[in-house]
Amino acid sequence: MRAARRELALVAAIAVVGLLPLFGVPGFYRAGNLRNLAIDNLPVLVAGIGMTVVIISAEIDISIGSLFAVCGALSGLAAKAGWPMPLVALATLAAGAVIGAANGLLVARARVPAIIATLATMAILRNAIIRATGGAWIQDLPAGFQWFGLPQAVAQPVYLGAAAALFLAAAWALRHTAAGRSFYAVGCDHEAARRIGLAPGRVVLAAFTIMGALAGAAALLNFTRYPTIETNAGVGLELQVIAAVVVGGAAVTGGRGTLLGTLLGVILLGMIGTVFTFLHVNPAWGKAIQGAIILAAVVSDTAFGKRERDD
Amino acid sequence: MPPPLLELRAGSRTYPGARALREVDFDLRPGEVHALLGENGAGKSTLIRLLTGMERSDAGGSLLVDGAVVAEPTPRLMNAMGIAAVYQNPTLFDELSVMENLCIGEGGPLVSWRKRRAEARSRLARVGVELDLDRPVRHLRMAEKQAIEIARALGQRARALILDEPTASLAQNEAGRLLDLVESLRAAGTGILYISHRLEEVMRIADRFTVLRDGVRVGTHARGSVDRAGLLRMMAGRDLAELFPKEKVPIGEVALETRGLGCESGGVSGVSLTVRRGEILGIGGLVGSGRTELARILFGLTPADSGEIRIGGKPVAIRSVGDAMARGLAYVPEDRKAHGVIAELPVWENVTLAALRRLCGNWPDEPREEALAAGLAAELGVRAPSLHAATSTLSGGNQQKVALARWIATGPSVLILDEPTQGIDVGAKAEIHRLMGALARRGLAIILISSELAELLALADRIAVMRRGRLAGILPAAEAGREELLRLALGEERS
Repeated sequence: MRAARRELALVAAIAVVGLLPLFGVPGFYRAGNLRNLAIDNLPVLVAGIGMTVVIISAEIDISIGSLFAVCGALSGLAAKAGWPMPLVALATLAAGAVIGAANGLLVARARVPAIIATLATMAILRNAIIRATGGAWIQDLPAGFQWFGLPQAVAQPVYLGAAAALFLAAAWALRHTAAGRSFYAVGCDHEAARRIGLAPGRVVLAAFTIMGALAGAAALLNFTRYPTIETNAGVGLELQVIAAVVVGGAAVTGGRGTLLGTLLGVILLGMIGTVFTFLHVNPAWGKAIQGAIILAAVVSDTAFGKRERDD
Repeated sequence: MPPPLLELRAGSRTYPGARALREVDFDLRPGEVHALLGENGAGKSTLIRLLTGMERSDAGGSLLVDGAVVAEPTPRLMNAMGIAAVYQNPTLFDELSVMENLCIGEGGPLVSWRKRRAEARSRLARVGVELDLDRPVRHLRMAEKQAIEIARALGQRARALILDEPTASLAQNEAGRLLDLVESLRAAGTGILYISHRLEEVMRIADRFTVLRDGVRVGTHARGSVDRAGLLRMMAGRDLAELFPKEKVPIGEVALETRGLGCESGGVSGVSLTVRRGEILGIGGLVGSGRTELARILFGLTPADSGEIRIGGKPVAIRSVGDAMARGLAYVPEDRKAHGVIAELPVWENVTLAALRRLCGNWPDEPREEALAAGLAAELGVRAPSLHAATSTLSGGNQQKVALARWIATGPSVLILDEPTQGIDVGAKAEIHRLMGALARRGLAIILISSELAELLALADRIAVMRRGRLAGILPAAEAGREELLRLALGEERS
């Protein structure tokens, strides 16, 4: 039961937040609203899967907001160039993976601390979009771009299903494959990992590559919802994602974290903002509460850690 | 007779400035416990690194498994051939569960937790330990972690097991169980290379003993052909010639005194000693016996929680390094690269770093700093291209002189030197010895921590020996013999 303590606490917190709209706020629990809430948070969840892998490996990637925007812009440009949508999707994922791998090489080979390496790529990528698009939104996308050409009512469940499938596959792989466990081992201790025959550099490179590809997937799930692509999107996404992962119980020192926790973290933080809007509370309070939850999560970690060690 | 399970022929290893191992032969047979003995720095760790493939022998040496030469040993290859090692410091994955630690890195690409649980349970049973399989190992005690390490090594179907000080972190009754385990493994045909400073243990379980001294094999003896005194004599050996004894200087009043000094978190307790002006007090003992911890207590790095420190006859409170420096203490730490000097800074800045405030108040005054650094560098004979050269460009010996200069610059009355000549060449060593004599003549009280018995015997006026966090005894250097010091350090009764 020990491992599930964080998950139980999150379920309780989600229940409390979920109760608030029952007091005099009609409309929150309408199916349409819940569906929008879920669709809005899919990109955070999908990027959160990658970030969980990165954080378990004791690294961090703060370039994903920029990477997300780059992948979105590239998908739009490819679609406008007349590429068929499946190819657009593949190219977007590949672009994300390649840029993620570049981050990974900076960290694993050049030994630049992850926060510095990805700070640099964050700035470079953001600047590259502005240079390439002049800051303009990408418009006049082909009809097949939005919702992959499906009717919205069909596309939304498909998106939810795709994200759910991705989540389940990742959760299984992280738990039940040797490759998945290697992220945990490397995140605990590089030297100990080397002694059991792992190559920590390669594992770290893989974590960043996965992160990049999933940032691309998040971009597809996000930008294909609209008729135009906002090239300034994704600012602050990295913080939103890291917050959800940390609230979900992953240790920034590496070696610990689950995707179930990340899912609950995304749900909790995603709900708070919307619930507060429904309650007509100043959105600034939503941010403040989110901050408080992040602090509570981290502090409870160290407090629990201490107590168990002292027993 | 079948070939040995594991054999090293003429294994040598040279590090920059030092030959750690010289043409050592060693072999391990199935179903025996072969003990490896020697003082700190005798070459035991280096030998293990060669046997496990973590390092390769210099030209001329070879490593054999089952009589066949292993051309390019790597840790992975040696492991695959059934050579497993458990090191002094556990290399477990703290965040992962007991179960996962026991089986990590084994099996195919898919993980079956059901199989792992069963496997983990049977491995724990073999070492006779019961643990919650789902608990992260970071919550476990040292002894439990050690048991997991051994269980993991065994699970790899190890035919040869190298145990490096496996009982160092264990309490007496737990150590006894570990020895039982070693005996049952031997009975099952495993060859065990056993390293321990606890002679009693070694005498109990070893079938053969190999003694190393100064990187050379002194001898290998079968059980029964050598007694405890004989082993001690082999470990101790003779003094080397490359030492520069301290000259006689007048010994003054007591500079520093401790009464029942201790610190629980540092594992040190009840240390009472004095050091006088002009005196060099040597501190000996094994690595981990509390020598460095004692220095850290005196210097305020881990303040004492029992006993008292007296300076100039008056009790003083040393709660921080600032307090210690204000009382005239200086400490040149053991790990030169990590704590002794800041390698990126130029020589002159390293020298003046600790004395800055004393020298210039709140506002650095570079000309004064440089003048001070130049003076000390000349006095200590620091050989550097220039005072503005990065300290990292200097040789180890010269870096050590810079570390020493930094603390002499603070004008201390008590100077604590922790392994000041470790890993530096013979010439620089002699210069540092000469310098210590000169400082003593000036009236400094010097505390010299060293793992090298010969160094303590040559330089110190008196030698205090630490054992398991306590003072095992203090002897005048003139009367102390190497065997007697070793006996104190190892906790052996006079035989």
